Amino acid sequence: MTDATSSQVPAAAPSPARSSLLTQSALMKKRNAAEARFKAYGVAAICVSLSVLAIMLWTIFSDGVSAFKQASLTFPVTLDADALDPKGNRERAEMMRVTTIGYTKLLNAQLLAHLEARGISTEGVSDKDVAAFISRDTPARLRDMVLEQPELLGQTITVEGFATGRIDGYIKGRVTRDTAALDTNISVAQLDLADRMQDEGILDTKFNWGFLTNPDASDQRPEAAGLGVALIGSAYMMALVVIMVLPLGVAASIYLEEFAPRNRWTDLIEVNISNLAAVPSIVYGILGLAIFINFAKFPQSSPLVGALVLTLMTLPTIIIATRAAIRAVPPSIRDAALGVGASKMQTVFHHVLPLAAPGILTGTILGLASALGETAPLLLIGMVAFVANYPAGPLDGGVLDPATALPVQVYSWASRSDPAFIERSAGAIIVLLAFLVTMNIIAIILRRRFERRW
Amino acid sequence: MSFAKLAASAVVLAAASATAASARDNVQITGSSTVLPYSTIVAEAFGENFDFPTPVVEGGGSGAGRAKMCEGVGTNTVDIANSSSRITQKDLDTCAANGVNEVMEVRFGYDGIVFASDVNGPEFAFTPSDIYNALAAEVAKDGAIVANPHTQWSEFNSALPAQDILVLSPGTKHGTREVYDERVIYDGCKETGAYDLFLAVAQGDDDKAKARAAKKACTTLRTDGRNVDIDGDYTETLARLDADKKAIGVFGLSFYQNNTDKLRVATMGGVVPSTESIATGEYPVSRPLFFYVKMAHLDVIPGLQEYIEFFVSDDMAGPDGPLAEYGLVADPELAATQEMVANRTPMAPLN
Repeated sequence: MTDATSSQVPAAAPSPARSSLLTQSALMKKRNAAEARFKAYGVAAICVSLSVLAIMLWTIFSDGVSAFKQASLTFPVTLDADALDPKGNRERAEMMRVTTIGYTKLLNAQLLAHLEARGISTEGVSDKDVAAFISRDTPARLRDMVLEQPELLGQTITVEGFATGRIDGYIKGRVTRDTAALDTNISVAQLDLADRMQDEGILDTKFNWGFLTNPDASDQRPEAAGLGVALIGSAYMMALVVIMVLPLGVAASIYLEEFAPRNRWTDLIEVNISNLAAVPSIVYGILGLAIFINFAKFPQSSPLVGALVLTLMTLPTIIIATRAAIRAVPPSIRDAALGVGASKMQTVFHHVLPLAAPGILTGTILGLASALGETAPLLLIGMVAFVANYPAGPLDGGVLDPATALPVQVYSWASRSDPAFIERSAGAIIVLLAFLVTMNIIAIILRRRFERRW
Repeated sequence: MSFAKLAASAVVLAAASATAASARDNVQITGSSTVLPYSTIVAEAFGENFDFPTPVVEGGGSGAGRAKMCEGVGTNTVDIANSSSRITQKDLDTCAANGVNEVMEVRFGYDGIVFASDVNGPEFAFTPSDIYNALAAEVAKDGAIVANPHTQWSEFNSALPAQDILVLSPGTKHGTREVYDERVIYDGCKETGAYDLFLAVAQGDDDKAKARAAKKACTTLRTDGRNVDIDGDYTETLARLDADKKAIGVFGLSFYQNNTDKLRVATMGGVVPSTESIATGEYPVSRPLFFYVKMAHLDVIPGLQEYIEFFVSDDMAGPDGPLAEYGLVADPELAATQEMVANRTPMAPLN
């Protein structure tokens, strides 16, 4: 280029600026501008993705943090023995005949009586609308308690139960006087009463442990819905996945990396493993339905089937990660071990595997994290369901009892009609994110601590 | 090696599960997402008041649920299929082929389908012909069939606001779509006279085939973006309505009743939809809700008979029960259903 220009310019008119390092030529400027533009594109790309992430997190947290707090009612209840045990013999079978409907009536009457005793005016609110403050979950809990301890009959106990979703929403600011005026499920007079009850200490908000421990609840009581069953289900599945995927994955990788001959068969297996890692997860759900439920006759909705499906799904990822970790151990280690007379197997188990372990664990944890957030394959094996009973303990065959999983709970709450479930859904996402972040942090710590570089 | 121990325990677990798999002590239910909330409300109350575990309820759609019920007999198959439309002969044939011979049909109530718009928008008073004129691919205009020219509601009914037409209809995989086509679009087609025009040009061997062709022409909706099929559930429709305030959404009555602060319901033929107006039959767009019970499981799965009896009891499905409170229109013939369930009468062949 410089040659070409200099040949055009007569030599008699020298121009020192042309070749100076201090002033830029047109070409140089163009190249520098291109570089600056490219950097700007990069920064813009990062900014876009960061802002999308920020918006997502902001929506989730602004919607979901309130799920961890819950409005509850506290008032004394006299357990009327005549109403709750009409035969008076304190026998469980007889007392079972009084259903939650009977307990609801008792609670409603006692709340009204308590409001009157405290001098709180219920003006403009019908008795039925006052009763609508009490969650439908409360009579069920009270009934369980009375059946468990019949000696409570006749006594006056303090009952603490959730307030209904709309009242809870009012305290959290989701329900306002404007929306209440349009809402057929709540009236402005009820909100006024809620204010008075809050002043008197009957109604207040507390940290909601129930959100983490309660089972799912139906559409009529969003306030009582919790993640208990989903957490247990996810925990069972993750434990089973670890138990199944680690030996399978590590054994397969060690064989392929250290022992297998290089031939057409091992090449074929290698290609297949890479392909399997890219198969959409729903395909594994179909496989699970066909093999584990229809053929092996495992029960539907059970964490065991879920774990088997997720194991198949994460296995290729784990094999790829494990093989990479084994390959990263330098051959000199193997040579040294073999040189001092170790057998091939001793070399692998005494030297290669311990050195590759941090990499294997990191890969496993990342594989588990992706399995934890998976919904699609669980849809087909009946885990996207309403499950209200806790599964039994792991030693009592709990892995065969119906359960759900965290991401499944997010999905099923998001499609319910009561707006209070939107908050629950976002709350469940926060819990899920907390788990994923914890797992990723553990992976990073393991890598930092134990990773060796050669 | 600890890996060896882990592997051994995995094998033991799998073996233990294979033996335990034969017993199941909870009722398993699947099917319609419209019936799902009712079913969970009953399941929850059932779990609280009986010594049986709470039934497990899945959604996923009426057709999928019936297909799942017809997969066969055995504890690894479901016991009950919820359905927002009646079972078909095809389903019953599949059932019979897989050994599911006796099925009990339980109709427990009715569900209304409502048209609703943004709460701050104008009021709408529809008739089926308005919806037909707004959404059909071809409409009758001056005694001839023309491609739908309407862009605003006021163009064919001056009583409606001058607002662009946009309707969020239930997608074709919904049970809701059937009654929507039948009771709104098809009725509107007849009212506007388009049906007769379609029938005049319909191709077919006999009158029946011609009527079918005309009906098909009636229920073909426009595809220029003024009708949007929503394949998700009502929460998706609500989200779309929130994004585009001019849209009209189609919802189940119970969903509307839970979101009256965001939605304004439209009347149909001058009738406001409510559980009362649907029960009397004044409000035209409603459909029965069913669940189908695999009778071979009745004495095998503990609590199954008790669950269905509890479902149709007055405490649950009656006009003052929690289901009615949630938006179900109680079945006036509930007593007959209770008797049928108590006697375990299988359903008669479809006519």
